Amino acid sequence: MKYLHLLFAALFRKKTRTVLTLLSVTAAFALFGLLDTVRVAFSAPETVSGIDRLIVASRFSIIQPLPYAQLARIGSVPGVKGVTYANWFGGIYQDPKNFFANIAVEPRSYLELYPELVMPAGEREAFLKTRTGAIVGASLAERFGWKVGDKIPLKATIFPHPDGSNLWTFDLVGIYRAGEEALRGIEQQLLFRYDYFDEGRLFGQGTVGWYIVKVSDPDRAEQVAQAIDRLFANSADETKTQGERDFQRSFAKQIGDIGLIVTAIMGAVFFTLLLLTGNTMAQSIRERIPELAVLKTIGFSNPTVLALVLSESVLLLTLGGLCGLVLARLSLPVIRTASGGQLDVAMRPETWLLGLGLMSLIGVAVGLPPAWRAMRLRIVDALAGR
Amino acid sequence: MPRLPDSVRTAAAVLLATAMCTALLVEPWVLLVAVVGLGSWLAVSSSGRQALAVTWTGLATLPRRIGAASVVVVGIAGVVGVLVALQAMAEGFRATLNSAGSDQTAIVLRAGANTELSSGLDRTAVRLVTQAPGVLRDAQDVPVASAEVVVVANVPKRSTGTDANVEIRGVGPGVWALRPEVHIVDGRPFTPGRRELIIGTGALRQFSGLEPGNTLQLNNQPWAVVGVFASRDAHESEIWGDAESVASAYRRNAFQSVTLRLTGPEAFERFKAALSADPRLRVDAETTRSYYSKQSEQLTRIIRVLGFGIAVIMAFGAAFGALNTMYAAVAARAREIATLRALGFAGLPVVVAVMLETMLLACVGGLIGAAVAWGVFNGYTVSTLGSNFSQVVFQFRVTPSILVQGLQWALVIGFAGGLLPALRAATLPVTAALRES
Repeated sequence: MKYLHLLFAALFRKKTRTVLTLLSVTAAFALFGLLDTVRVAFSAPETVSGIDRLIVASRFSIIQPLPYAQLARIGSVPGVKGVTYANWFGGIYQDPKNFFANIAVEPRSYLELYPELVMPAGEREAFLKTRTGAIVGASLAERFGWKVGDKIPLKATIFPHPDGSNLWTFDLVGIYRAGEEALRGIEQQLLFRYDYFDEGRLFGQGTVGWYIVKVSDPDRAEQVAQAIDRLFANSADETKTQGERDFQRSFAKQIGDIGLIVTAIMGAVFFTLLLLTGNTMAQSIRERIPELAVLKTIGFSNPTVLALVLSESVLLLTLGGLCGLVLARLSLPVIRTASGGQLDVAMRPETWLLGLGLMSLIGVAVGLPPAWRAMRLRIVDALAGR
Repeated sequence: MPRLPDSVRTAAAVLLATAMCTALLVEPWVLLVAVVGLGSWLAVSSSGRQALAVTWTGLATLPRRIGAASVVVVGIAGVVGVLVALQAMAEGFRATLNSAGSDQTAIVLRAGANTELSSGLDRTAVRLVTQAPGVLRDAQDVPVASAEVVVVANVPKRSTGTDANVEIRGVGPGVWALRPEVHIVDGRPFTPGRRELIIGTGALRQFSGLEPGNTLQLNNQPWAVVGVFASRDAHESEIWGDAESVASAYRRNAFQSVTLRLTGPEAFERFKAALSADPRLRVDAETTRSYYSKQSEQLTRIIRVLGFGIAVIMAFGAAFGALNTMYAAVAARAREIATLRALGFAGLPVVVAVMLETMLLACVGGLIGAAVAWGVFNGYTVSTLGSNFSQVVFQFRVTPSILVQGLQWALVIGFAGGLLPALRAATLPVTAALRES
């Protein structure tokens, strides 16, 4: 710590060079912050909520409905604490660009199984009482400026309305928040009542899109899933039961290998960064050989000089890198507003940690060759300019 | 002309540079004009020849500062590589979907449905639609049309080994006349009425266990794979079977869409008007060109915007790197440049020389980046979740216009990175620089 002053003096010996290098590092880590946030967002949130939930869908494909009759049988499987069901509606609000998930759910059991949907008790009661009621997440309400009491018309794409038009109108009775910051994604949904939906649709009555099962012991989730699938094996409606998180992950996987794309781009960026900062450090040490010799003359030991040069490069990377990550963090709300709330991702602690790790790693990697050189310097040669 | 303060001159130069950069990015011909203009100036005028001479001296010292120079080259190669790869991805997706569309064919879905998967048409509607005016008829006076069933099945993907959605399209007997670009490349076509399937070449590559001779379980019934078809468009990601057989396997008695060949592009309006005038029908008609371009629009735009965003951030990083390198180069050559100035070389040739050097390095970087992106990614096959809730297989397409765009970016970054160091070189106080050790 007592050498911090010395480090800064060395770093800002040539201001232009240091500032330009810092800006390059900042750009690289800003990109890293944004891309890693996207990567993390795509690999389903790592939280404990939802580990006790299973999704039961048709084994043949996600578009095949399951009969309502399975509900009671799933409920009687040992280890099942609660069951609810849902169906994808696929409605459009005003314009196809305004995409958000709208799902028909059985209100009481669904809210019981999803305690992370937090809403005032009055609004919850209203949802249980209003047949045409719907609830939306706070982010979604904010995106379209909805408030409780509004009527929300959705244009059906799959299920025409019985009155001959395509318009289904819902009464907004409640706005929920996500119980945890990491789960903010669930605030981009509209949920409405299954009984209203099932009565109104022109085909497929008595079927559901998928069941959601809550198990009493998450450690035995696998056995329960197998028991459910065994129950319907060789029937006309075979099921595939998997953990909710696996279900979400398999979806993300279908969109594409986001992780691979991010890694490839960051690989290119960091390789360039390595070269750039490495060049800067080498240049800066080359110019300071006489100064380093003086340091050694007045009693700085070889390891201290090595440590000084290494810390200088780590400091350079960390300063620039932190600026970049902060910049990325600050630009996330801007991106959120610019995309109309659709790109709503939050930067997670693991991104900061990974970023800090990379800063030190790259810092050491680029600092080591010049630091080694500085350590091996012989005072006489260096002072003589040989 | 009175000498303006340095800061004003720098600001003016930066402004000019920004304007030039914008012009370069928007209009490729500006580049051509600039190159031709510069070339003739260098060859003809005396200050041009001076600039050329200074450039040559600078380039001769390049091998000695190869490390610093490679910062410019590699940095810009990275930007161009990433830009080209992502644009090629967007272009590949767009081209794959759009080539499935044409003005000669129309697709009919239930009113309000935005994809085939969410649509549904009963047999009466199908009959009415195919009998509408404007539909081409074959020699037997049968409308050239295919009423199709679109469903999704779970099949393991090769790359991940986990189940992914593959689109199964049950097609009508008229499909071969409707889509003449589809041809069998292996095995034979399916026999109507049997549980037989033919596989698109894209689906064959992305999913495992679809080779001819295998059986595929659809809704727990064994289906035989009898052939492979190619169409060079989005249909290659699909599996085809007989519409009636697929419908019965999925316990359905309705179709998802009807695609028809029109008598000509001009017949579409007549066809559409006839459908909307019929009170028995509640359907939407579109040309397949507009239907498929709508399907590709959103994802293409997302990839493009993302690609530009990433490239812009990377470009800033690369430009700072280039600035650094060129400042160092100018500082290292301060004495030499001052000597030239003392000998009577004007400021302009020195500016041009430093700029030329940076642009040359940038150009090399751009070429390397574009070449690597082209070599690695052109024809690279990937798939993603399309609007029919199933995998769309497509190939990256590195087109000449994308390559030109990459080079434009390289030159702009080089321009931005070279300008300030060049001005520094030209405004170095001669006496001070000569005395510097």
